[in-house]
Amino acid sequence: MKLTDISSDINEWFNGSGPLADIVISSRIRLARNLAGYKFLSRCSIAEKSEILKKLKDALMSLELGDKIFYISVDKAAALDKHFLVERHLISRHHAFGKGPRGVIIAQRESFTAMINEEDHLRIQVLKAGCQLSGCLEQINRIDDMIEQKLDYAFSPRYGYLTACPTNLGTGIRVSVMLHLPALKMTGQIGKFFKATRDMNLAVRGLFGEGTEAAGDFYQLSNQVTLGILEQDIVRQFENTIIPEIVEYENAARNQLLASQIDVLDDKISRAMALLKNARLISSQEALFLLSHLRLGINMHEHMGATTPAIERLYTLAGSADDADKPGGLSITTINRLFMLTLPAHLQLNYGRPLDTTHRDALRAKIIRSALNS
Amino acid sequence: MQCQICNKSEATIHLTEIADGVRTEMHICEHCAAEQGIAVKSQMPINELLSSLLASQPSDEQMLGAMDKELSCPQCGFTLEQFRKEAVLGCGYDYELFEKSLLPLIEKAHNGQTSHCGKIPSKTPADTKKQIELLNLRQQLETAVQAEDYELAAKLRDKIKNSGQQREIKD
Repeated sequence: MKLTDISSDINEWFNGSGPLADIVISSRIRLARNLAGYKFLSRCSIAEKSEILKKLKDALMSLELGDKIFYISVDKAAALDKHFLVERHLISRHHAFGKGPRGVIIAQRESFTAMINEEDHLRIQVLKAGCQLSGCLEQINRIDDMIEQKLDYAFSPRYGYLTACPTNLGTGIRVSVMLHLPALKMTGQIGKFFKATRDMNLAVRGLFGEGTEAAGDFYQLSNQVTLGILEQDIVRQFENTIIPEIVEYENAARNQLLASQIDVLDDKISRAMALLKNARLISSQEALFLLSHLRLGINMHEHMGATTPAIERLYTLAGSADDADKPGGLSITTINRLFMLTLPAHLQLNYGRPLDTTHRDALRAKIIRSALNS
Repeated sequence: MQCQICNKSEATIHLTEIADGVRTEMHICEHCAAEQGIAVKSQMPINELLSSLLASQPSDEQMLGAMDKELSCPQCGFTLEQFRKEAVLGCGYDYELFEKSLLPLIEKAHNGQTSHCGKIPSKTPADTKKQIELLNLRQQLETAVQAEDYELAAKLRDKIKNSGQQREIKD
């Protein structure tokens, strides 16, 4: 399997389906594990890392994970391929640009990945579209049990699963949801979200782009406490308290836009449309920023029945070939596809070779124009 | 709120310091914070947070550090000095060896928790498993009581009681 086999389309967890998908893009759970009888990676020689890699790779590749399972040797991968894997959320930045023998196993149409020799010997993750954390937990536990039949994990009765960094100690679990919160941003209330996450002891990161910037109003929210709490209790907290609260904030902001700031909403959508349909050069940041406003417009129409002049114009578009199911308008699928396929590494991989910034910006603008003007 | 130093700009940085039991608050703007050498990041990476926590515990260090500072793990050669730089441990044994120095950190990172409850590898010896399961049940009971789910709490209480009885019979 080649990366170009998957790079021309979005992955399943970003296809706009699943519960609460207008706000909760996707759910993700990862577990951090280390092998018993080996040092943590920071103290391992290259030979020891190779041994761990081989042991884990052999064990995981022999699991029944479906037919399309493939392995990528990350240390030997080309720079562009590494960037692509990061953009696709299949590996972390740390894994992509770390040192030493390491690799990733990808299975179940990208919904399962296993990073070998990241910060811990093994980090497995399950991703699903929309709000599906319970499903993620069930699936990852099943896979974790299968691995554990073949290997011994480092485990202490007192501290649980032993991890290289004490912040992952215990369950080794990181539960995350990726959220699209454009209305909170547009109405100047994103601070409310940040305050809520601080009060609930959660970490916030941007979904696309580096560091903490939240390009395109996409935020990734995850738990920080991994010790002294049951895995299912963390998931329950997300499903019963955290997600409903934030979804309510965002929906209230969307209602506020409709009730009293319709001009603001219409202006943002109209400007986004005008720029995206006409720009000849567009950066990744600007594309994410503008596409976010179109995504909001479509979701407000489909979930709240909002019809403003700008939203109506979104539906007078011919619609691209991708929107066969919904002629005469843009669909969330098209917008999501544009979000992902215009990211720098996706663009270049699909073009067939590395491009400099200006050429990337031109190609990105062209792809967006052709999707919106068809 | 205005900056307490320049009295001009909006105070966006709020510092709370507790020294010798006395709490002081300071509200300043970003510019004055920079001049005072106070670095502020909106979201500090957890590893940095950890190292800064470790570095900010002189009293613990004075008490424990004297013993742990020179200590190096016989299995992996790890020292606390390295932890300060890299924020990761060298092997599983370090959790035991450096327990006194690490415990305050673990407690801070995990909301006061210092012992595992949750999944257990199926290969774990039966006795250990039993103990951890009991801990898990107690944790679930606490959550149920907090959530005022008294039906579930009663069920859990019975389970805990039964598992205790089984133990006594076995003993």
